[in-house]
Amino acid sequence: MTGGSAATLLEVRGLTKIFGSLKANDSLDLKIGKGEIHALLGENGAGKSTLVKMLYGSLQPSSGEILWKGEPTVIRNPSTARTLGIGMVFQHFSLFESLTVADNIVLSLGAGHTLEQVARDAERLSAEYGLPLKADSHIGDLSVGERQRVEIVRCLLQDPELIILDEPTSVLTPQEAENLFVTLKRLRDEGRSILYISHRLEEVKVMCDRATILRHGRVVGECDPRQETAASLASLMVGSDVAEVRRKAADRAAGEVLLDIRGASLPPATPFSIALKDISMQVRAGEIVGIAGVAGNGQSELFNLVSGEVASRADAISMRGEAIGNLGINERRRKGAAFVPEERLGHGAVPGMTLTDNLLLARHASDTVAFQRLGRLGVIWSDMVTQATKRICDEMDVRKSAENPVASALSGGNLQKFIMGRELDRQPAVLIVNQPTWGVDAGAASRIRQALIDLAASGSAVLVISQDLDEIFEVCDRILVMHDGRIAEAGSAAEATREKIGLLMGGAHTERVADNATETGEGAHAH
Amino acid sequence: MGMFEAILLTVFAAATPLLLAAIGELVTERSGVLNLGVEGMMIMGAVAGFAFAQITGNPYLGALGGMVAGALFSLLFAFLAITLVTNQVATGLALTILGLGLSGLWGEAFIGVPGVKLTPIVIPLLSDIPLIGRLFFAQDILFYVSIALVFAVSWFLFKTKAGLILRSVGDSHGSAHALGINVARVRYLAVMFGGACAGLGGAHLSLVYTTQWIENMTAGRGWIALALVVFASWRPLRILLGAYLFGAITILQLHIQALNLSDLEFLPAPIYGLMSVLKSIPSQFLSSLPYLATIVVLVLISRNRRLTLINTPAMLGQGFVPDR
Repeated sequence: MTGGSAATLLEVRGLTKIFGSLKANDSLDLKIGKGEIHALLGENGAGKSTLVKMLYGSLQPSSGEILWKGEPTVIRNPSTARTLGIGMVFQHFSLFESLTVADNIVLSLGAGHTLEQVARDAERLSAEYGLPLKADSHIGDLSVGERQRVEIVRCLLQDPELIILDEPTSVLTPQEAENLFVTLKRLRDEGRSILYISHRLEEVKVMCDRATILRHGRVVGECDPRQETAASLASLMVGSDVAEVRRKAADRAAGEVLLDIRGASLPPATPFSIALKDISMQVRAGEIVGIAGVAGNGQSELFNLVSGEVASRADAISMRGEAIGNLGINERRRKGAAFVPEERLGHGAVPGMTLTDNLLLARHASDTVAFQRLGRLGVIWSDMVTQATKRICDEMDVRKSAENPVASALSGGNLQKFIMGRELDRQPAVLIVNQPTWGVDAGAASRIRQALIDLAASGSAVLVISQDLDEIFEVCDRILVMHDGRIAEAGSAAEATREKIGLLMGGAHTERVADNATETGEGAHAH
Repeated sequence: MGMFEAILLTVFAAATPLLLAAIGELVTERSGVLNLGVEGMMIMGAVAGFAFAQITGNPYLGALGGMVAGALFSLLFAFLAITLVTNQVATGLALTILGLGLSGLWGEAFIGVPGVKLTPIVIPLLSDIPLIGRLFFAQDILFYVSIALVFAVSWFLFKTKAGLILRSVGDSHGSAHALGINVARVRYLAVMFGGACAGLGGAHLSLVYTTQWIENMTAGRGWIALALVVFASWRPLRILLGAYLFGAITILQLHIQALNLSDLEFLPAPIYGLMSVLKSIPSQFLSSLPYLATIVVLVLISRNRRLTLINTPAMLGQGFVPDR
C-alpha cells in the first residue's frame, strides 16, 4: 500500500515557479504513486497552493517538468488537467454564487451532460458519500461547509484518477470528516490517487500513506506519516517546535455575566437560512464559551444577531447588564464588544484596502478619540493609525510583504491574525469570534488560540463559534452545541465528551435537508 | 379606432430600437461587462444603415450594414476594456462621444438626402385579424427580429450550456478562469453581440422610424436602453415589457405636447379634465419617467438580497486580469 511499491502516476522534477523576485516553488521533486493518499504539508506561504495550481494547469511553471504516467506533459489549463484525469477541490472555493448547485457542476463537466441528469447524479453521489446537498439551491445561500460539499461532489462526478484536496476537512464536523475519510479510502481502493493538503496533522497521520513537507518553497522532508508523531510533523513543517497553547487550570473563578442572551428568536432571512429558535446563553467574565455544530445550523445567523448585523428585541441580548438587542454594530462596539466574522475577505476586511484603512474602518466609531482629530471634522490622525497597525502586526506576528499592504495581499493566516489583533488591541470586554482559525496554518492557529485564552484570563468574556472540535476542546471552558437553530448545553470542557457532542450535533443533519426541501421548494425556483 | 391604431403603431415603432439595443446590452452585461457606449454604437448603426441603404438601394443591406458597423465599433471597446483592461465606465463614455462625433462627420453628405424605407412585410391572413392584425403582422423585419431575439436570448441564457458559461463569467470571472473558461473570448463575443444589436437598433431609426439621416438622431435612446437593462433586472422577458412601456411614455409625451385643448371641448367632462391635467404636466417630467422608473426598480431589487444575488452579474464593470 505504500507509495514505493506502487507505479508512479504523477511525477514532478525540478519544478520552479518565480513571481517577480519571489521563488514560490524552488526546484520541487514529488512522486505520487497510483492508489495512494499523499499528504502535502506546509505552513501558509510554503508554496503548496502554487504547486497545486501548476498541477491543475491554472499556473505555468517557470522551469521543471511534470510527468503524467511517465510521459512528460504540459498542463496548459484546467481543462487539460481534467481531460488527463486530475480533479481539484479548491481552498478558495471556485463556485458561482448566483448559480445553482447543478449549474455549477454542469459548468465543470464536458459536453453531453444535461442539467437534469447532473442534478440527479450529484444528489445520488452526495447521499452516497454522506455529503447532503440539494441540486437546486443557489450557492449564495449555502454556508462555507455546504459549499465545500459542492466542490467535493463536483470533483467526484468527473471520475478523476488524481484528486487534489486543499484543506477539505477544515469546516466539516468530526462525523462528516469521518465520512470523508471513508470516501477517500474507498476512492484509493478503487485505484485513484489523492493529493491531500491539510494543516491537521492528526488527520494526515491517520489517513495518508506518504507525506511531502514543504517549507519556503522547498521540499524539506518526505516521510511515512504513520511512523511520525504529530509534533515531529509539525516541527518539520514550521522548522521549529510549535508553541503549545498554554492555559491555566480550568477552575478560573467565574465572574459576572457579561453577555446574556435570553430567548432570542429570529425568522430566516432567506429561504435557505436557518431560523434561530429561543436561544438562551450566558458568557461570564473570564470564560470562553464554545459553540460547536455542523456548518449551516444557524451559526452565522447567531453571529449576525450578537454582532448587531441583525437587530432584535432590545432585551433579547444584554451586555454588561445593559439591553443592547436593538443597537447597531458600532454602538455595541462602543459598549466594549468586538467581533471577528467568519469570512476574512469581504466581511472581516475590505480586500482592496490597506491594513491601516481596514483598522480605521473597524474602529473609527469606537475609538474616535484615538484615531481622529479636530473634533467634528474627524480628520484622520494617520500617525496614530499607522502606529496602531504596527503595534498589532508586531503583537500578532503578522508577516507581510510591504509596510502597509492591501488586505488581500496577506495570506489567510496572516490576515486572520491581523483581524484578531485589531479587535484584541482594544481589550474588549466581550469578544465574539466565528471560525477563528479556519484555513489557518498551525503556527498562526496556536497564536490566535493563545490570544483568546489570554483575553479571557484578563477578565473578558469570549464566545467562540467553531466547527473545529479540537479547537473547542483546546480553548473553551464550556461547550454548547448548535443544531437547527437551537442551542444545547454539552457541559464544561472537562465533562463533555466527543461522543456526547457528536450526538448533539450530528445525525439529525439529514433531517434538516429534508425539511428544507419541503419548506423552501418554491423559493428555489424563484428565478 | 383608426387614430388609436395609429398611435399604437407609433408606440411599436418607438419601442423596437429600444428593445434591440437593450437586449444586446443585457447579454453584454450578463457577461460582466458594462458598456456605456450603447448610444455611440446606435448612432454608428444609424449612419451606416442609412449609407448602405442609400448606396445600394437595398434597405436590407442597410440593416445588415448597421449591424456590422455596431459590432465593429464595439470591437474597439472590447479591445480597450477587455484586452487592455481599461476602466469600463470611462471607455464606454468615450465610445459614445466618439460615435456621436464620427457619425456626424460621416453623415454630413447624407443630410437632407431622402432615405430608403424598410417596407413592412405583410403576413397574409394573420394581418387581416381585426385589431391586432395590422399591429403585429404587418411590420418591418426589424420588429419581428426584435421580438424573436428576446425569446432567443432568454432561451440561450437559461437553457443552453453556452448561456450558462456566459452567466458564470459574469458572476465570477476568477472561478470561470479556474474552470478553464476563456473569459476574454466570452466577453468579446458578448460585447460584439451587444454592438450588433445596438447597431441594428440604430439602423431602425434611419430606415424605419424617420427614413432620413439627422445628426444625433438617437436622441438619448441608448441611455434609455441602458436604463432598461437595469429596469428589467437583467431578465430578457422583462426587457420586452420595459421597452414597450418606455416607448409608450415617449409617444404619449409627444401626443400630449401636440394636443390642442380647445379641439377637445366636445369630449365628456371627465375625459376632458384628465386631458387637461395631462397637458399641464411638463413634458420634461414625462421624458424623465423611464429613468425614474429605473431608479424605483433599483431600490426595489436592492432591498431583496436574493433577487440581487441571482440576477445581477456580480462582476459588472470589473476588469479581469488572469494571474499568470
